Amino acid sequence: MISVKNISRVFNQHRVVDDLSFEIRPGDVVGFLGPNGAGKSTTMKMLTGFLPVSSGSIEINGLSFTQSGREALKIKQNIGYLPEGAPAYSDMTVYQFLYFITQVRRMPRTTRQQAIGKVCEQVQLEQVLNKKIEHLSKGFKRRVGLAQALIHDPNILILDEPTDGLDPNQKYHVRQLIKNLAKDKMVIVSTHILDEVAAVCNRVIIIANGKKCFDDTPETLKKMSPLHNAVTLKLSYASDISGLLEIDGVLDMTHTPGTNYVTVFAQPGRYILGQVTSHIQYHQMPVDMVYPEEVRLDDVFRKITLESNQQEQV
Amino acid sequence: MSATLTIFKREFASFFATPVAYIFILIFLVMSGVFTFLFGEFYERGQADLLSFFDFHPWLYLFLVPAIAMRTWSEERKSGSIELIMTLPITTMQIMLGKFFAAWAILGLCLLMTFPLFVTVNYLGAPDNGVILAAYLGSWLMSGAFLAVGICMSATTRNQVVAFISAIVICFVFVLAGSPVVIDLFQMWAPNIIVDAIAGLSFLTHFQNMAKGVIVLNDVLFYVLSIAVWLFAAYVVIEQKKAH
Repeated sequence: MISVKNISRVFNQHRVVDDLSFEIRPGDVVGFLGPNGAGKSTTMKMLTGFLPVSSGSIEINGLSFTQSGREALKIKQNIGYLPEGAPAYSDMTVYQFLYFITQVRRMPRTTRQQAIGKVCEQVQLEQVLNKKIEHLSKGFKRRVGLAQALIHDPNILILDEPTDGLDPNQKYHVRQLIKNLAKDKMVIVSTHILDEVAAVCNRVIIIANGKKCFDDTPETLKKMSPLHNAVTLKLSYASDISGLLEIDGVLDMTHTPGTNYVTVFAQPGRYILGQVTSHIQYHQMPVDMVYPEEVRLDDVFRKITLESNQQEQV
Repeated sequence: MSATLTIFKREFASFFATPVAYIFILIFLVMSGVFTFLFGEFYERGQADLLSFFDFHPWLYLFLVPAIAMRTWSEERKSGSIELIMTLPITTMQIMLGKFFAAWAILGLCLLMTFPLFVTVNYLGAPDNGVILAAYLGSWLMSGAFLAVGICMSATTRNQVVAFISAIVICFVFVLAGSPVVIDLFQMWAPNIIVDAIAGLSFLTHFQNMAKGVIVLNDVLFYVLSIAVWLFAAYVVIEQKKAH
């Protein structure tokens, strides 16, 4: 278990991470979100022991980086980490680099080849195994970074923007990979792509200005959108729509004149699609189409982080 | 130990993965040849020894060693791989030592490659090969001290040029401390103890005996301590500055 208690990190008197606390248990796949400069990478650097905390404590499986060097090494042994930008030694070939990682991680000599073979299959690196890393494309470099994080089958995975620079097919593949790996591991993934969170994670932590402002499931995050369960209809021509507001469970309605699109918002936790369609049928309203709104996590994200910014300014 | 060896192997191989090692060795050999034969008057002296070769080593190292040391940490910082290596289950000291010994091995290799000189003096006369061996050892030890300074400077910055120049400046101070110019300058007014202390810190003074083949524990200890102190300083800098 990862237990983070009230950690802060100060750079030049600027609090990059401010009193952050959370716990992560096996099976958790945490999407770590936040605007640029919110403190995501800094938090990940502290979780991996690269940076010391300015205050607070991090405990990983009951061990802490501040204790003896031996314990710090023990923690690091259990972590697979993909740093921001997926750095690697570019003068080495992919094989040399991965072999080097197995050596530093003190994997038994007999299992090294097998581990390299397995991880290269997982992240599809076989075709570039003997190429120098500096000659690889951005997508391959990212996958080399993923491979070195996965090679020792760690029970904690910390990935800083793992799909950055990958094409849509590769993104899909990496997401599936993380999902499959996640069963009994603790995974923390930072990303800018909110769809990724919905696709991969079972928990979302949003931080802004170094503070936590959301920690729950992606479904709960979606529910925070005004568009959650909302219904949009397109009118063939202007007609009386005031009756829609009186439907049980409807909170509000917007009408964009000129386009004849009407969006009906639901009260929290209510489903209104059925009532809205029967209302349309009953009143024989001139409607071309009706569809339930897709929640855009981007909007919710904006709302949450902007609110946090405003609070900060107050 | 095995972790240090792993880092050593990687670093050593990386010198040869790029042209760095080849160019370095080539320049070292050309320069030492130029110094020995042109400025050292190897033939004109008419003596079967390598004094004219070793005498120039401090000045040769002054420029060449910072060149090989400058990438040690700067490159890790610049490429971000410092974050990778320091989150692996390995200590900073193990990384430091692995890097140091790898670069030091390159310097050792350079010295080994000057064997034609050794063959030449042995062909031309009957030199005291014990003296030559001692001088080689001394020279290698001294290069380690230069290297440790360079590694420490490299630890302070992500810019290799800054690391190179600051290492040259600091090495220059340590070489110059023992030169007649500085000694005379201090001798005019300072008590002997201070003059001795300044001269005692010089890379030059401690090498002079070794170049003549005299290995004194004092000198060996000085270089070993210099290496230890500068590497420890580099360690402290890395631990403090890795965040930036």
